[in-house]
Amino acid sequence: MPVIHFVTTSGETLALAAENGRSIMEVAKANDLPMLAACGGALACATCHVIVDEDWYDRLDPPSEDEEDLLDTAHGLTPTSRLCCQIRVSDALDGIRVTLTPMD
Amino acid sequence: MSTQIPSGTEVTDVAIIGAGPVGLFAVFECGMLQLRCHVIDALPALGGQCVALYPEKPIYDIPAAPELTASELIARLQQQIAPFQPRFHLDQQVTELQRRDDTWELTTSRGTRIRARAVMIAAGVGAFGPNRPPLPGIEQYEGHCVHYLVAERERFRGQRLVIAGGGDSAVDWAIALADVAAEIHVIHRREQFRAAPETSARLHELAATGKIQLVIPYQLAGLEGDGERLAAVVVKTLKGEARRIPADHLLAFFGLASKLGPINDWGLGAHNGVIPVDPSTGATSMPGVFAIGDIAGYPRKLKLILTGFAEAAHAAHAAHAVVHPDRALHFEHSTTAGVPIRAS
Repeated sequence: MPVIHFVTTSGETLALAAENGRSIMEVAKANDLPMLAACGGALACATCHVIVDEDWYDRLDPPSEDEEDLLDTAHGLTPTSRLCCQIRVSDALDGIRVTLTPMD
Repeated sequence: MSTQIPSGTEVTDVAIIGAGPVGLFAVFECGMLQLRCHVIDALPALGGQCVALYPEKPIYDIPAAPELTASELIARLQQQIAPFQPRFHLDQQVTELQRRDDTWELTTSRGTRIRARAVMIAAGVGAFGPNRPPLPGIEQYEGHCVHYLVAERERFRGQRLVIAGGGDSAVDWAIALADVAAEIHVIHRREQFRAAPETSARLHELAATGKIQLVIPYQLAGLEGDGERLAAVVVKTLKGEARRIPADHLLAFFGLASKLGPINDWGLGAHNGVIPVDPSTGATSMPGVFAIGDIAGYPRKLKLILTGFAEAAHAAHAAHAVVHPDRALHFEHSTTAGVPIRAS
């Protein structure tokens, strides 16, 4: 199974095995990481905002216009900000690193 | 026996915290068991997340309703529960939950006090309020220098404004205040705005004439001031290059965001926004306090509206035993009993 590296807001890194086909948001929630993901993946909020490591950002499918619209409502954006409910786990993402953003 | 109840305190059988789909359907399930309900919500309207986040999104997994929008779902639930005459306390958040003899007393941010034998927490992902930018010290400027809505346009006459956000509210207010304000800087993280094409075009016209300064691609980074009056808004590019914009007011339009808030402090063991419950009743660790819908957690929970509806039915039956411990519950299906109407 691919491994996703989550960096928490306190700087701790957790390497979590993830099933292909799940979203990174689902992996985070299943492992009880601090993430609100208020809308549950319906692409209706921005509370699963993560910062993708620069090395990995360009390997992802680019964000949709709907995702861009919602990123407009997030805070603390970086050039590699994404909503992780839109990133599907696959073998190609084995080793990806994402940094969580504060829940508030 | 109960001590005297202070005047002005509402008394009911069940207090439901949250007027989202599950809180509303709990009124129905309680009503079928002749339990009277009061419902409290932080938003000024019914519907919770359905109206706050995705009113126009279609929902396909409501039994016997092949497709309806979230706002239609709420309208139908309102119709369905109307016979039970629930009392709503909107635009206020429950701040305290305290045991008073054999009842619970809820106090809201508007000072409403409600006593109920049973409480159902149907608070979803928490109370919705403005999506506040997490800028250090922002709270000391809120209300007089930092605003999340515009109540009165004239208030900003001759003032230097920073408007942040990229949606309809930001664009509409930038246009509407262009003739009133001394200066308007619009901060947005990218070229495109989420606004109707005509309004976007109007914004760019005003920017071309110099009435509005577009500060793109920037986001809010900080506030400067003496703690009372705002002096400047600091903005940064996504890469961190900073710019300081002298301003009297910041208008921040980032939509709504939810926060669990005081519920965390009620001793219910809430963790990451979830209150652990007994899935067969919705019972929490406190007697007579139930949690239903997205906020209620148990192994293999499915966060679906339809799961929440079923949880509301379970909790209503369990709440009946709390409200009327001496009364047997003679169960009848709605097809047999009809909808009992009871004045509150």
